[in-house]
Amino acid sequence: MGLKRVGNQTVKLENPPSIISTASIVGPKEGQGPLKEYFDMILEDDLWGTESWEKCESKLQEEAVRMALTNAALSESDINYLFSGDLLNQIISSSYCARQLSIPYFGLYGACSTMAESLSLGAMTVDGGFAEKVACVTSSHFSSAERQFRYPLEFGNQRSFSAQWTVTGAGAAILSSSGEGPFITYVTTGKVIDPGIKDVNNMGAAMAPAAVDTISNHFKDTGYNPDDYDLIITGDLGSVGKAITSDLMKEQGYDISEVFNDSGVKIFYHEEQDTHSGGSGCGCSAVVFAGYVYKELLKGSLNKVLLISTGALHSSVSTQQGESIPGIAHAVTISNSIE
Amino acid sequence: MDRLNKKEYEKYAEKKIPKPTYFKNIFWAFIVGGLICTIGQLIRNWLFSRGLNEKQVAAGTSIMLVFMGSFLTGIGVYDRLGKVAGAGSTVPITGFANSIVSPAMEHKREGYVFGVAAKMFTIAGPVLVYGVGSSILVGIIYLLFGGGR
Repeated sequence: MGLKRVGNQTVKLENPPSIISTASIVGPKEGQGPLKEYFDMILEDDLWGTESWEKCESKLQEEAVRMALTNAALSESDINYLFSGDLLNQIISSSYCARQLSIPYFGLYGACSTMAESLSLGAMTVDGGFAEKVACVTSSHFSSAERQFRYPLEFGNQRSFSAQWTVTGAGAAILSSSGEGPFITYVTTGKVIDPGIKDVNNMGAAMAPAAVDTISNHFKDTGYNPDDYDLIITGDLGSVGKAITSDLMKEQGYDISEVFNDSGVKIFYHEEQDTHSGGSGCGCSAVVFAGYVYKELLKGSLNKVLLISTGALHSSVSTQQGESIPGIAHAVTISNSIE
Repeated sequence: MDRLNKKEYEKYAEKKIPKPTYFKNIFWAFIVGGLICTIGQLIRNWLFSRGLNEKQVAAGTSIMLVFMGSFLTGIGVYDRLGKVAGAGSTVPITGFANSIVSPAMEHKREGYVFGVAAKMFTIAGPVLVYGVGSSILVGIIYLLFGGGR
């Protein structure tokens, strides 16, 4: 039947779920960045008392969920579903986090697009009446991602200028069928778009066309224009991908440059912190959403935001076999009011 | 977006990347690479002055430089050096030490067998395989045509 569908790729939520609380925990480097005031917790070291970076990443997720629950004065038993994902093989950070929480769990993999993916599925589940409250969380960790996708930390190599810096952090959000907002009002699910880029040090360029596809389809489906938004923020395109997205959106007939920004660009001081093209990872859009975007929505300085988390769906095996990097982008509209 | 011309897009995306700072990279590679080689020469001269012969000096110099590279990797200095110096610190034998010690350190948490030992040569392995392989090939050619007996 598809009663709630508008256009080809978008769902309009009839009973928009309210984001009743969020939590963000970041690593020391992110805690020195321009958004440090917005994060709920900044770690002093990247192991956080655990034995490995992988265990630390799992703890980041777990503590982010617990913090979001505390902020909303809820307990684990109040949550019907946990939607979570991360970058590591077999999404171990998420599953080992879910092991600690007694909440029915859906593990997701959308690479760095997972935050918007989890919010999309969480919002539709609540809107459909299948859940009262759900938790959405994603994480990434610089050191666990480096060793899986790139080189050992102590290896003395030079990084290219288009390379990005994986964010250490986790962001969680609790969605509820009742609440005073901000609300998730639209969900636009992205298609996989592969522009043929093979350079793993240029993921911004690999993901930009997917972002452009999702954003322009969102406008077509909903009838919205860039002016309808206070902020259109992508997940981790970095400065290279952001510039490409701006250009390609103009070709599609939408000038978003006035309200457009990227979480990967916002999270670091790129010159001083030496992060080249910007931040990346599931944790990037998660902490920028749960920290900066959510808090600005509560303050009222932002009223309507389009959050587009962008992912590069390759693995180190596919790269070694000469495959190009497919991109994906999922978008959710987060608004202080319901139309 | 489905009809994106992949070749054109790749060229276009390439242009969006800031250009590498070639001059700066070459300069620092020269300085640091030269410094490492000078240290090597100093060690060589010192070993000669201690009365070692050519063969012993060559082995001793390599051993000391490999130790230095490993030590600096262990205390977390070599990766910072490599970031500035690039090829200047990768090409000398100290860089080879770095490429073996860094994965060994990284994978200690997966145990001494499947972590340290198995992952130790993930970066240096190809260099060893093709280095030894090509030396065998050159040796055979030399034996057949170079009169090397």
